[in-house]
Amino acid sequence: MLRLPRFRYVAPGSLDEAIRLRAEHPDTSMYVAGGTDLYPKMKRRQLQPELVIGLGRATSAAIANGQGLRLGAGATLTAISEHPTVRERYGALADAAGLVSTPQLRNMGTIGGNVCLDTRCNWYDQSLFWRTAEGYCMKTHGDVVCRVAPSSPRCLAVASADTVPALIALGAVVRLAGPGGEREVSLADCYREDGIRYLTLAPGEVVVEIALPPADGWHSTYLKLRDRGSFDFPIAGVAAAVRWDGRAVAEARVAITALGSRPLAVDAGALVGTRLDDDAIATVADAVHRAARPMDNTSGTISQRKRTARVFAERALRSLRARG
Amino acid sequence: MTKEMLTIRVNGETRTVAVEPHHTLLEVLREELGLTGTKHGCELGECGACTVLVDGVPVLSCLTLPAQLGQAEVTTVEGLATGTELHPLQTAFAEEGAAQCGYCTPGMLLSAKALLDETLVPTHDEMAQAISGNLCRCTGYTAIYEAIGRAAARMRKTSEERRTR
Amino acid sequence: MSEYSIVGRRLPKVNAWAHLTGAARYADDIDLPRMLHGRLLRSTRPHARIERLDVTRALAHPGVVAIVTGADMPEKMGIMPSTQDETALAVGKVRYVGEPVAAVAALDEDAAYEALALIDVEYEDLEPIFTIEAALEREDVKIHDEARRANVFKEVHLSFGDLDAGFAAADHVRDEWFFFEGTTHAPIESHAAVASYGADGKLTLWSSTQVPHYLHRELEKVLGLPRSRIRVIATPNGGAFGGKSDPFGHEFSAALLSMRTRRPVKITLDREEVFYAHRGRHPVKMRVKTGVKRDGEITAVELNSYLDGGAYASYGIATTYYTGALLTVTYRIPAYKFDGVRVYTNKPPCGPKRGHGTTQPRYAFECQLDKIAADLGLDPIAYRQRILQPPNSRTVNDLRITTMGLGECLGAVRTATGWDRKRGELPRGKGIGVAGSAYISGAGLPIYWNDMPHSGAEIRIDRGGGVTVMCGTSEIGQGSDNVLAAIAAETLGVYPEDVHVVSGDTSLAPVDLGSYSSRVTMMAGNATKSAATALREKLFAVASEKLGVPAERLAAAYRRIYDLGAPERYVGFVEAANLAEARYGTLVGAGSYKPPAGIGGSYKGAGVGPTPAYSYQAAVAEVSVDLETGQLTVERITTAHDCGRALNPVNVEGQVEGSAYMGYGEAVLEEQVFRGGLHKKPSLLDYKLPTSLDTPALQAVLVETVDSEGPYGAKEAGEGPLNPVIPAIANAVYDAIGVRFDETPITAEKILDALGKRDNRAAPKDRIGPDGLGDGRRDPGRALRRLGASTEARERKRAGTT
Repeated sequence: MLRLPRFRYVAPGSLDEAIRLRAEHPDTSMYVAGGTDLYPKMKRRQLQPELVIGLGRATSAAIANGQGLRLGAGATLTAISEHPTVRERYGALADAAGLVSTPQLRNMGTIGGNVCLDTRCNWYDQSLFWRTAEGYCMKTHGDVVCRVAPSSPRCLAVASADTVPALIALGAVVRLAGPGGEREVSLADCYREDGIRYLTLAPGEVVVEIALPPADGWHSTYLKLRDRGSFDFPIAGVAAAVRWDGRAVAEARVAITALGSRPLAVDAGALVGTRLDDDAIATVADAVHRAARPMDNTSGTISQRKRTARVFAERALRSLRARG
Repeated sequence: MTKEMLTIRVNGETRTVAVEPHHTLLEVLREELGLTGTKHGCELGECGACTVLVDGVPVLSCLTLPAQLGQAEVTTVEGLATGTELHPLQTAFAEEGAAQCGYCTPGMLLSAKALLDETLVPTHDEMAQAISGNLCRCTGYTAIYEAIGRAAARMRKTSEERRTR
Repeated sequence: MSEYSIVGRRLPKVNAWAHLTGAARYADDIDLPRMLHGRLLRSTRPHARIERLDVTRALAHPGVVAIVTGADMPEKMGIMPSTQDETALAVGKVRYVGEPVAAVAALDEDAAYEALALIDVEYEDLEPIFTIEAALEREDVKIHDEARRANVFKEVHLSFGDLDAGFAAADHVRDEWFFFEGTTHAPIESHAAVASYGADGKLTLWSSTQVPHYLHRELEKVLGLPRSRIRVIATPNGGAFGGKSDPFGHEFSAALLSMRTRRPVKITLDREEVFYAHRGRHPVKMRVKTGVKRDGEITAVELNSYLDGGAYASYGIATTYYTGALLTVTYRIPAYKFDGVRVYTNKPPCGPKRGHGTTQPRYAFECQLDKIAADLGLDPIAYRQRILQPPNSRTVNDLRITTMGLGECLGAVRTATGWDRKRGELPRGKGIGVAGSAYISGAGLPIYWNDMPHSGAEIRIDRGGGVTVMCGTSEIGQGSDNVLAAIAAETLGVYPEDVHVVSGDTSLAPVDLGSYSSRVTMMAGNATKSAATALREKLFAVASEKLGVPAERLAAAYRRIYDLGAPERYVGFVEAANLAEARYGTLVGAGSYKPPAGIGGSYKGAGVGPTPAYSYQAAVAEVSVDLETGQLTVERITTAHDCGRALNPVNVEGQVEGSAYMGYGEAVLEEQVFRGGLHKKPSLLDYKLPTSLDTPALQAVLVETVDSEGPYGAKEAGEGPLNPVIPAIANAVYDAIGVRFDETPITAEKILDALGKRDNRAAPKDRIGPDGLGDGRRDPGRALRRLGASTEARERKRAGTT
C-alpha cells in the first residue's frame, strides 16, 4: 500500500491560530482542507510537510446568499455544485464544480482547496520512484531542467482547477487572511504564469471566502475536455459568462484553464453589443485559440487541446445565445 | 513515532484504538479494526475501491485522516446489513451478478447506498453518475445498474408496504 | 421445461455472499501473528549492470528485519520451462525500469518503504533498446546474451496449403500493415502474497495468483525447497485477466524472507508496481495479406507478426504462436502462411492478457475483411456468414473444429442491433461496424510436457448431504467456483448451496493447471462432472435397490434420487448418501480431464492452437464522432457469444459484457506506453480505465450450440468476447467518417489528424496506420527474410546433427 510519510496533523479551532502555526513553521508546514490534492502528493513524496494544518475547523463551509453569493472556503465541491442558487444563477460554477473528478472526491474537496490546486505535470505528478528514475524536474529540484522543455526558464506545470475559470468568468473576488491581516483580491489576480510559484498569495495566506457579484442578467457555462467522464483533470477548460441587456450582450467574460500554467481571462469585448452572432463568437474563439499555450505534459496532445479550446469557446458561447 | 489514541464511530459502534497519526482511515479500518472489507486499489483517490460513508456521504478512506472525523459515523461494507438482514443492494448484486471478482464491490455498494438513500427511483444517468468514482474492471457496469435498479424496486415495494400497513 | 435443475438457471454465484459482505479474504486481507511487511526495491534503469548493491545502511534501520537480493535466489525461473530467463530478483543486470532488485522485510510497511531509500545501488548503464526495429537489428546490444540473433526471442514460420496458387487464383488482394498498441490488465486488486515458513520446515504461500500449480513448481526450483513441503493457496483474485498468471518476484521474496526470519511476511504491490509487473498485451505490428475471389471467397492469407515482448519471456512462445494459430478457425482459408517474431526490449515483460495473442491479429484481420467487403460491395455481415469455416471440420493448419456458432452469432447481432436499418443509412459522424472472432476453451497442451491430467477434481459427500468439491482452479472473479458447484450440484442432484468449493489449494485439491486460457469450465468442469458421476453411480446403486428400479431409470435433482417413470418414488439425497457410505465406505469421487487426442496437427508448433472446442462471437459497435473535436463516443456494443451452453446465463452474460468493456477500453482509451524506458502513465489516473460514464451500453446475446466436448455442452466465455469488439469499433468509425484505423487506440488526436483538422495540417487522410516496420520506407520484408533464412539454416543444421 502506498502510504503517507510520517507527519504531525493539527486542526486549529481558529483561523488566527492556523495562521500563527503556519508562520511558526514557514518551511515545514502546509495547510490542508479536503486533502484530495495534498495527500496524494505527500504519498508520492512530491510534498513532505512535517506539520499539516487542517483548516476544517478554522474556515467556514457556508454558502450564503446576500449581495451576490459568498462561498466559505470550506464549502465542498458537492455542496457548491448542488446549491440551488449556484445552479440557477452561477451555472458555470455549478458545471465546473460538478465536473471535478468523482462524487467521492467532490464530497471531500473544497472550493478553497480547488482554487489553490497545485499545478500539474506528467513529469511531476509521479511517485518518488518514478521521479528518481527520471532524474527529477525543476518543480521539485531547482537545479534540474524543466523536463517538458529543457530550455524553458520556468516550470511549465499546468493550471488544472476546473472551478477557477468559472469563478473568473463570474467575477469572483477572494478574501485572503494571513500574517499581514485580511485582504480582498480579484481571483484572476491570484495566479501567475509559473508552474512553481503559481499563486500570488503571500506566504501563510489562506483563502477564507470567495465572493461572487450579483448575477442579474448573467448566464454562464463551463466546458471541460478530458479523456473520461470522471476522475480526469481538465486538459482544456473554457468558461464563458455573458450579461444580457435586452437582446444584446452588455458584458462578457471568457476564461480558460489547463492550457498554460495559469488560468487566464480572455478578452471577450467583441461580444459586447452583439447578439452573440457567429462572427463575434469567432473573434473570441480565435482569441481563446491564441491564448491557449498547451505543452506536452498532460494527457491528450497539444494540437487537440488547442483546437478543442476554440471549439469549446464557440460551443459555450452558442449555448448562452439560446439563453438570451 | 508514537501512536495516539483515537475514538471512532464505525458501523454503529464506538471503538477506541491507538493509531499512527499519519495513517489514513483506510489503514486504520483494515489494520487496527480488522475491517478488511474496505479495499484499496491505488491509495491515491484514483479508483474508488476504498469508498466508505461518513455520515452517509461517500468519501475516499485512503485520503481521509481519522483525526478529521470527530463524531462522524463511518459506514463500511461490514455495516451495510442490518443485523442478520442483508441490505437489498447486497441481495440484488448477488442476483444480477454485479460482483465478479468482488474487489470493487464494497466501495460500489456504498456509493450505490448513498444514491438510494437519496432516491428510490434513480434514473440510469443518476446511477452512472453515482458510481462514476468507482472503477470496476470486470462487469462493464451493466449488471451493477441492473442490481441497483432491482434493489431500488425492492426498497420501493418495502416502503410502500410499510406505509399501507 | 429444462432437462436440468441447476444448469441454465440464473442463480447467484455460491461465492457472491462473501464478496458482498466484505468477508472474502483476499491476499492483502490476511494478517498473521508476528507478520512482517515487505517491499521491493526496483530498478530505476532500463538496461544496466548492477555494479554494487549494498544493504548495510538499510539493515541498520530500526524497523528492518531482513533483506534479500538477487544473489540469494539466482536460480532461473519463468512460466514456460523452455524459456526461463528470469530470476526472482535481478542478478547482475537489470532489464527494465521497475524490475525488482531487492526485497525488505520490516516491522511495518512504513519502515520497509523508508529502508528502500537506504539501499545503495550503483548501476553501469548499458544501451537500451525500446523498439521492435532496434531489437531486430542491433546485434551489438544484447538484452539477453542467449539471444542468437540480435534481440530476437522467438521466431515462428509456418505454412499450410499452396500459398502461391492461392494468391494467383485471387481476383483481389489486400496487403497492409496494422499496429496494436500494448495494454495492461489493471485488475483493481494489486498483486499480494503472504508467506509463512514454520519450524516444521514447511512453507505456505497465499497469493493472488491464477496459477497456484505452476507457482508451486517454480517455488521449489527457486527456493530449493521440496515441493512436498510447500503449500500454495490461491486467494480470491480481485481481478486478474492474465496479469496474475506468471510467477512473480514478490512471491519468491516473501517466501525467502519468511524462511530467513521464520515469521510470516506479506508483500503487496502498490498500483505503480502493478504496471511494472505487467505481462499485458504485446504491442504487435502486423502485415496481413489476403486474397479473395470476386465473390469474397478467401484464396490465401499471409500474416507476419512482430511482437514487442519487453524484457523477459513470460508466455512469449505461446503468445507468438497465438498471433498466428487461431486466424484460421473462423472463415475458410485454403492456404495460409504465418511468420511471427517476438523480440526483447527494455520494458516490462508482456504476457497473456484476455484473448492472449489472438486479439491483435483478429483486429487486423477483421478490419481487413471489412475493407474487402467494402471493395467488393458486400454487406459485412452477410459476407462473413458466407465464408464461414464449417462445423465438424479441420482447418488448413489442422485444428479440429466441433461446434461453430459464428454464423448464428452474426445473425443475432444483425437482428439485435437493427443492422439492416442502420448500415449505410447513418448520417456522417455516426457509424456501425461488425466483426467476428473465436477463442479456445483451454489450451490443448499444458505448459510443461507431461502425460498427466490437465485438471483433477475430488468430491466428498458428508453424512449430512454436504458436497465438497476440491479442485486446483483459481477463482479470479470469472466464477470458476460457481461453475464447479453448479456442475457438481447438477450431476448429484443437490443445490449449489449444498456444495462447498475448495479451490486453488495445492494441499487440499488435486492439480488443475490454472485459471488461464479460458480452460476452467471445459477442463475443471469435465473433471468435476466425472468425479460427481462416479459418486452418483454409487448413490444410484443403493437407490436402485431401495426403490426396486433399475439404475438407468433413476435421475437426481432437488436433493432426491427418483424414478424417472414415477417421480414421486424417490430416495432423499442424504439417505442415499448414508446408504452408499454404509456400503462403499467414505464417499469420495475423483475425476480428471485431459483434452482428447487428435485435435491438432503434428508439425512443429502444432501444440498452440488446438482446444477441445472453440467459442465463437460476433460484435456490433455503434459509434459517434465529434467532427470538430475528434472525440469518439462508442454508444453501444452488442455481442453475441457462442458459449456452447450457458451453465449460468447471468455469469456468461457478465463475462461477455466485461469483455466488451475491456475491448472498448483497448480500442479507445488504454495504452501501456513509455518515454524511453519509463512508463508514461503508471497510475489509474493516467492509464485510462473506462468509468461508468464512458462505458457504452452493453448487450450480451447468448448463442448455445451445445458442444459434446464440454460439461453439459459448455465452452468458454471469459476471453473470446473481447476479440470482436475492437475491430467492430474500428469498422464503425470507418462507417462514421470514412477513415480506416489500422492502429489502436483510436484517439481524438488521430481522428482530427485523419479529418485534416489538426492544427497546421490540412490534408485529410483515409487511413491511420503503419506502412511497415520503422518509418515504413524500408523494405518491410527484409528483417523477416533475414530471420527466415537464419531459421532455415539453423533447422538444417539441427537436422544434420541429430
